[in-house]
Amino acid sequence: MVELTKENFEEEVLKAEGKVFVDFYGDGCVPCQALMPFVHEYAETYGEKIKFCALNTTKARRLAIAQRVLGLPVMAVYQNGGKIDELIKDDCTAESIEQMIKKHI
Amino acid sequence: MGKVYDVIIIGAGPAGLSAALYAGRARLSTLIVEKIKDGGQIVITDEIENYPGGEPGESGPSLIKKMVAQVAHFGAERVADTIVDAELGGEVKKLIGQKGEYLGKTVIIATGASPKPIGCPGEKELVGRGVSYCATCDGNFFQDMEIFVVGGGDSAIQEALYLTKFGRKVTVIHRRDALRAAKSIQEKAFANPKIEFMWDSVVAELKGKDILTGMVVKNVKTGETREIVADEEDGTFGVFVFIGYDPQARVFEGKLDMDRGCIKTDENMHTNIPGVFAAGDIRVKSLRQVVTAAADGAIAAVECEKYLG
Repeated sequence: MVELTKENFEEEVLKAEGKVFVDFYGDGCVPCQALMPFVHEYAETYGEKIKFCALNTTKARRLAIAQRVLGLPVMAVYQNGGKIDELIKDDCTAESIEQMIKKHI
Repeated sequence: MGKVYDVIIIGAGPAGLSAALYAGRARLSTLIVEKIKDGGQIVITDEIENYPGGEPGESGPSLIKKMVAQVAHFGAERVADTIVDAELGGEVKKLIGQKGEYLGKTVIIATGASPKPIGCPGEKELVGRGVSYCATCDGNFFQDMEIFVVGGGDSAIQEALYLTKFGRKVTVIHRRDALRAAKSIQEKAFANPKIEFMWDSVVAELKGKDILTGMVVKNVKTGETREIVADEEDGTFGVFVFIGYDPQARVFEGKLDMDRGCIKTDENMHTNIPGVFAAGDIRVKSLRQVVTAAADGAIAAVECEKYLG
């Protein structure tokens, strides 16, 4: 898992080759914390086929808003500098996240 | 055929955890099925003022952490799964999850409730883009922006107070002309200079393409509507909705006696099917609180023990 920041988001996600999975989370977000072990598990399983990244939005609020993320958790897939798929809030479950990953590999 | 548990508890909120504690102490073989996060609704609650023994400033996550540790001490098994169907009629009950099937001699349904949406145009599309049901998750995005809270009960006012940490102004939109929240919470809200009120008002529409930029608020007494537009510099604002809860019992519709989506029980948590119990917010009841959920869970577990003989 690549830990994203304001500084490296462009390089690691927007300018990356191929598809990139991004887990948007935040400090006070308990649903995000509950999902994290599953995301780490998927990173182990599918990490060779799709790049896994995570962004702590508490430290990158403006960046998150610019990416149209104003509610957590959000699991997104990027390609060629744009978001091509995402799961927002209650749509994020362990199963739905894995399904979305499988769709993009 | 897999293991047959003495009791399967669906849901790991206060009702389910309390049931697991009592079942564990009775040495019943217990399985807790929780789809994703322990604690249910209270883990998205910033402060719990009204649980006996809670310390001042007790948060939902801190209270649940203690409950989970207490339950673990008595050895309930855990599985992360979502129950999608159930066969409750026989002596052994079968629960069908997305990942597996689970067998139990008794079942305690403690699936709880989820926040109720406003139900107005635009809301669904703007969830996570300005519309939220979780202040602790999303408050931070609206640092120094305008925030609106919809509702007038305990949750709404408690979360409005929490959101004053972030927003430059927090406006409570309430359909009546007085709050329903506990007086102690009301006093704090009225004393907070950042909180304003729009009485007798409901949100009629939420507007925006990929981000919330406007909203129509209607006065229920005069019928007048008023449009609120995001500050140009902010580009958006937050709308946090706390207007009640929707029970999570769709799986049991047609299988158990229900009333408006909630499961009917007697005062000992028995549903109409022997060996099947319900506890917490999922029940038809008058007071939905952590303390009443915990009490329900205790009663249900003890009733399971009696049923098993």
